Amino acid sequence: MHAVMMPQKTGKNYQAQNRPSQGSSSYQTNLSACEVKQKPSDSKENNPMQDDEHADDQDGDVLQIAMEYFEKDPIRSLRSKDKILEKHLITVENVAWKNGLAPETIDILLNVALSGRFGNAVNTRILKCLIPATLISEDSVVKAVSWLCVGKCSGSTKVLFYRWLIAMFDFIDHKEQINLLYGFFFASLQDDVLCPYVCHLLYLLTKKENVKPFRVRKLLDLQAKMGMQPHLQALLSVYKFFVPTLISVSLPVRKKIYFKNSENLWKTALLAVRQRNQGLCPEPRKLMLGPANIRPLKRKWNSHSIIPVLNSSSHTTECGKKEMNLSEYLSSSGSLPLEQLQRFPQLLENIHCLELPSQMGSVLNNSLLLHYINCIRDESVLLRLYHWLSQTLQEECVWYKVNNYENGKEFASFLDTIIRAESFLHEGFYSCEAFLYKSLPLWDGFCCRSQVLQLVSWIPFNNFSEMKPLLFDHLAHLFFTSTIYFKCSIIESLKELLQNWLLWLSKDIHVKPVTDSPLDTSLCESMNSVFKLVHYVGWLSTIGMRLESNSTFLMHFILDFFETACDIYLIYNLPLVVLFPRAIFYSALFTLDASILNQLCYIMHRYHKNLTAAKKNELIQKAKSKLSFSSKTYKEFNCCLTTMVGCLWTSKPFKKGIRFSPETLEKLGVEEHKRSLNLVYHSSLLGYAVSFLLQETPEEKTINLSSIQVLYVQQ
Amino acid sequence: MRSALGGGLGLQLELHFSAMQKTMDPYDAPESTPRQHPSCSLKEYFLAATPLQRRLESVRKQATSFVPTPPRRRIPQRSQLQEDVDPQKVAFLLHKQWTLYSLTPLYKFSYTNLKEYSRLLSAFITAEKQKGLAVEVGEDCNIKVVFSTLLGVKGTQSDPEAVLVQILSKPQLPSEDREAKALWTGWFCCVFGDGLLETVSEDFTCLPLFLANGAESNTAIIGTWFQKTFDCYFSPLAINAFNLSWMAAMWTACKMDRYVAATEFLWSVPCSPQSLDISYAIHPEDAKALWDSVHRTPGEVTQEEVDLFMDCLSSHFYRHFRIHLSATRLVRVSTSVASAHTDGKIKIICHKYLIGVLAYLTELAIFQIE
Repeated sequence: MHAVMMPQKTGKNYQAQNRPSQGSSSYQTNLSACEVKQKPSDSKENNPMQDDEHADDQDGDVLQIAMEYFEKDPIRSLRSKDKILEKHLITVENVAWKNGLAPETIDILLNVALSGRFGNAVNTRILKCLIPATLISEDSVVKAVSWLCVGKCSGSTKVLFYRWLIAMFDFIDHKEQINLLYGFFFASLQDDVLCPYVCHLLYLLTKKENVKPFRVRKLLDLQAKMGMQPHLQALLSVYKFFVPTLISVSLPVRKKIYFKNSENLWKTALLAVRQRNQGLCPEPRKLMLGPANIRPLKRKWNSHSIIPVLNSSSHTTECGKKEMNLSEYLSSSGSLPLEQLQRFPQLLENIHCLELPSQMGSVLNNSLLLHYINCIRDESVLLRLYHWLSQTLQEECVWYKVNNYENGKEFASFLDTIIRAESFLHEGFYSCEAFLYKSLPLWDGFCCRSQVLQLVSWIPFNNFSEMKPLLFDHLAHLFFTSTIYFKCSIIESLKELLQNWLLWLSKDIHVKPVTDSPLDTSLCESMNSVFKLVHYVGWLSTIGMRLESNSTFLMHFILDFFETACDIYLIYNLPLVVLFPRAIFYSALFTLDASILNQLCYIMHRYHKNLTAAKKNELIQKAKSKLSFSSKTYKEFNCCLTTMVGCLWTSKPFKKGIRFSPETLEKLGVEEHKRSLNLVYHSSLLGYAVSFLLQETPEEKTINLSSIQVLYVQQ
Repeated sequence: MRSALGGGLGLQLELHFSAMQKTMDPYDAPESTPRQHPSCSLKEYFLAATPLQRRLESVRKQATSFVPTPPRRRIPQRSQLQEDVDPQKVAFLLHKQWTLYSLTPLYKFSYTNLKEYSRLLSAFITAEKQKGLAVEVGEDCNIKVVFSTLLGVKGTQSDPEAVLVQILSKPQLPSEDREAKALWTGWFCCVFGDGLLETVSEDFTCLPLFLANGAESNTAIIGTWFQKTFDCYFSPLAINAFNLSWMAAMWTACKMDRYVAATEFLWSVPCSPQSLDISYAIHPEDAKALWDSVHRTPGEVTQEEVDLFMDCLSSHFYRHFRIHLSATRLVRVSTSVASAHTDGKIKIICHKYLIGVLAYLTELAIFQIE
């Protein structure tokens, strides 16, 4: 009999898949592992990925060749200019505008552009395409500046270089070395053409220690010579800001725009770099959960991104010490500002003195902080996140308000971010739960479907009866009125929900001993909720199968659900066994698809294991535990099992379990009804029987199926 | 179209008020036994009745309805203002059109730091207006921000004090004696906000209702500063037709010594190319008479009374003009107490009922942030 009961699953390792320690969805990551690998599909979801990568590879190769050309052959390149040079230049430009250039590449190209090997036109083109992929190394800039001293490049190239430097200032990895060149830059102020740009650069570069009396005098001289120039005034105002005593000239209170926007050339490129850099620095990028979402300035208020930018909290410093002025504020030390937090070890070292972000919502994009909020015990942090997330979901939700559908994509990607964070934490947010309660009744079942269903699967564990009218009833309406694919996705997300709940509960049971009685009652309640969830899915499945006329496709999803449900006792170590509804059992038993029958047998096998184990334990600790399985469950299971064995194995269907009167069977007009459901004749296995016989006796013209049984008996 | 409801307002109570849209019944949750939550870090807080838990409970309770659900409310009483109220400041709040916002609780807001906030906010505004330039905190600029409390604008002792924020333009020359002109004004308040107060810890200040008057660009800048500084969230607070009807009923029910304006309703008919507005003005005493005829429970307004009141008005209109107002949308209500527009704009006229009006608005704001 057991031979029938244990057809092993092929293809997948179901044991491993169902183990609690294993994540349930593909997003889930191991919490303890700080080297979460970012899937390539995360970063470019909609692109045909392979083609893209292929193209990137090609670009890389061509760029390599181009770089060798620029780097190595200074003499030859002078002669054989045009064609090859043009080709390589175009390569560089393409890569630069598409993906940006690596620091090394920028280093080489800066060298080329400023060394004066080529003409002005080429230098200009090179400088214009020096767009970093992420950052620019400080050394490259220092080297470049040294070329300026040699005097090999023309005035216009110099101007362009300064403009580039100003535009890219934020992307230079360090600025200490550059600051050492302050004197050199300052001397360049004398050049009338360069003066505005140098002023702007100095404006960015100046620190308090750079402000010296002789420099102030020089600036005032320049101002006297050239008149009230806005760029000079800007620099002076910075000086005055740092050392107010040195500058007695009054500067106009009303500010004009001091500098013409010198980044114009690179504006779009800069946006792209910023987007790439949202993870702040290259190393922890793999730690970051996903692509940063920059949005066009649509919202009047909340700047350009739904999720606020990460900023250290301002409460302690601003409000605690009232008399602190800005420069002191800048130099203050003590706690670690969040902007500097980049690696997991750093988080561990500074966990006691970390400043919380000023807007809690910003943690969503930062996996390190998600770790952090997961382990701190501060109610107000959670409340802040709760309020922010609830309101943002409500405001952004595209179906919550009329005519809001143009933001659909944005909202979907916002939900994706939330789901990534939830999967990362292995825990749902309460705001999302509240959001589902409010918005699911209005949902069309179509907009952001996969996201909404994933949110459903992350609903924190709860009393099922309380949630039913708020959520599951609405879900049922959608289930009954939608296509088969939607039905399948709902069943699948409910399976994930069940898995998540079981994981929480099994973790909970391990934390606390199962001895004291109040916990027992709460455990009973929890089990009751799980029971009701399984029951609810059973009910959905039964009606769903009827609506979809026993679709095999839907059945697969239903049985997948029950594969989780049947193993609650053994795998999750929770005292509960819930059977599937009879209707599902019968339609799986009388299926036309062998894989369904296989899956059914596996589920029955697991139910059997679970129930046996439960019975055994019950005998051991009967006195201890109040949780007992009702004998009804055993009876029900035995009934199913006898029916199954009767049909498939002993060829005595409908004797026990399900029964038909002989008259009914006669009416059906099925000859040989007894064996028509056994392993040989079963509708889903008939094909296999035939092909078996054909293999055994290929020459035979007529096939006698009953010979299999004879063969078997003989052996 | 204008209809003056004459004296012949025979009490037409033979109305079909089943036609009025009824709100969904709130899902009455079964007995809320304290539940055992599994001990994931977030969940541990739920073992005790923490603010977050209470918050979630209330969300569950009201999640199925889309309008605030108490079936009855108190009619605003005569002045409930506290005694320490500054009449000048209150007068300042009246007769202005305010745009309404709801606001989640402010984190680490402190009433002792108002001066500091003035300084920081004015620096922030200056910086925002000249993007990209460093601005020193406290540097002279041509605007001035003033934070102050509006003493007494609250319902109970536990309500936090209301806060007034003003942007004043500084006179260009110091010699000028002119009074500073208010460029923008906004205030935060909480009137009878007990339900919300219970669900937050002491790190938070609940001022769920925000009212602004002035250029929207300024509101945006100031809102952004508040969001960044106190980790709160502003959302525009629209008033739907259902709540407008409530306002109409409650405000009509107020006892007035002297009516200063007609009771007026504005219905909007959605039709192209331009929508058609129907204005329906009634003599306030007639409106009061109608209200008294439908009103049963002393001191309170019930949902049925509101429905009946509005039904009476529309059936009277139908009698004269053969237009079913129930097929149109109520967009504005104005009375001698206050006037409100569905876009979330309000003008409070009567000093006496300021608190009453604010109480209902606070209720709507709390409903929105829950």
